[in-house]
Amino acid sequence: MSNVGIVIVSHSPLVAEGTADMVRQMVGDEVPLAWCGGNGHGGLGTSVEAIMGAIDKAWSDAGVAILVDLGGAETNSEMAVEMIGEPRSHRIVVCNAPIVEGAVMAATESSGGASLKEVVATAHELSPS
Amino acid sequence: MAAADFSRLIAAAADTIAAHADELTALDQAIGDGDHGLNMKRGFEAVRAEADAFSAKPLPDALKAVGTKLVMTVGGASGPLFGTLFMALGKDLPPAPDRAALTTALGKAIEAVAARGKSQPGQKTMLDVLQPVYEALAQGKTAGEIADAADQAAEATVPMKALRGRASFLGERSIGHMDAGARSTALLVRAVAEAIEGI
Repeated sequence: MSNVGIVIVSHSPLVAEGTADMVRQMVGDEVPLAWCGGNGHGGLGTSVEAIMGAIDKAWSDAGVAILVDLGGAETNSEMAVEMIGEPRSHRIVVCNAPIVEGAVMAATESSGGASLKEVVATAHELSPS
Repeated sequence: MAAADFSRLIAAAADTIAAHADELTALDQAIGDGDHGLNMKRGFEAVRAEADAFSAKPLPDALKAVGTKLVMTVGGASGPLFGTLFMALGKDLPPAPDRAALTTALGKAIEAVAARGKSQPGQKTMLDVLQPVYEALAQGKTAGEIADAADQAAEATVPMKALRGRASFLGERSIGHMDAGARSTALLVRAVAEAIEGI
């Protein structure tokens, strides 16, 4: 798959899965997509191991954009990218955008064959700054 | 450091976190999401479970292994933050550090934690304990004095307004509560300082 992959990371598996459903409704199977949520022990939270797994699942040579909810999801996602290491880490970006709108907009941009930079820019446009 | 000594440090750290897990959770419930005690306990029990294997490694590798285990098991933002602290210490410490080497490595590790959390001292976080601990270490203070400095620094987060993490959502309402990460950092500093003094 040459389209940019999308990874959704929420503290809640229900939020992550629901967001992924909304993305699929827009782009079908044209975009590599994976989600994870929960601390891996049945509670709310995020797991570095699960995020690394989701990045692998949604991997594309065009890169992967990660959409996160609250702070810990961002910190854990950045940690996961660092642990995946070079050279792949250069093609993974944690987006600063609202998780649902960001994931749907980023995936729609990706489905048209946009580059990682363009996909990330589309997500970032949604963020007040 | 001898394997038995590193094992003792792991046990001391895991013991204090387990003994104070409910207190840490209560602090986090007041101004956070209330999972800090349970998350830290899970992480340090996972480290304890591999204490023998970790302790058999040279000190830098042992610290990196502790940090990686915390990253993988804590399950909240504390995982990468405390994990980064230990991983960075492992990266910068020589196998048999003296006080000067420990001070230098702690300074670099604090920078790594600040970068990971996009934070700095004064924002009601673990950095508000780490920084005074670094200064006490640099000033040649005893283990007991360093542990006291850590406790006082955690106490000093009470009147602060949180500017990072979940507590920052509360704005002014975060004032009047101790930061849970600052408290767990002070607990770890005291446990390690007392254990090192006994070695």
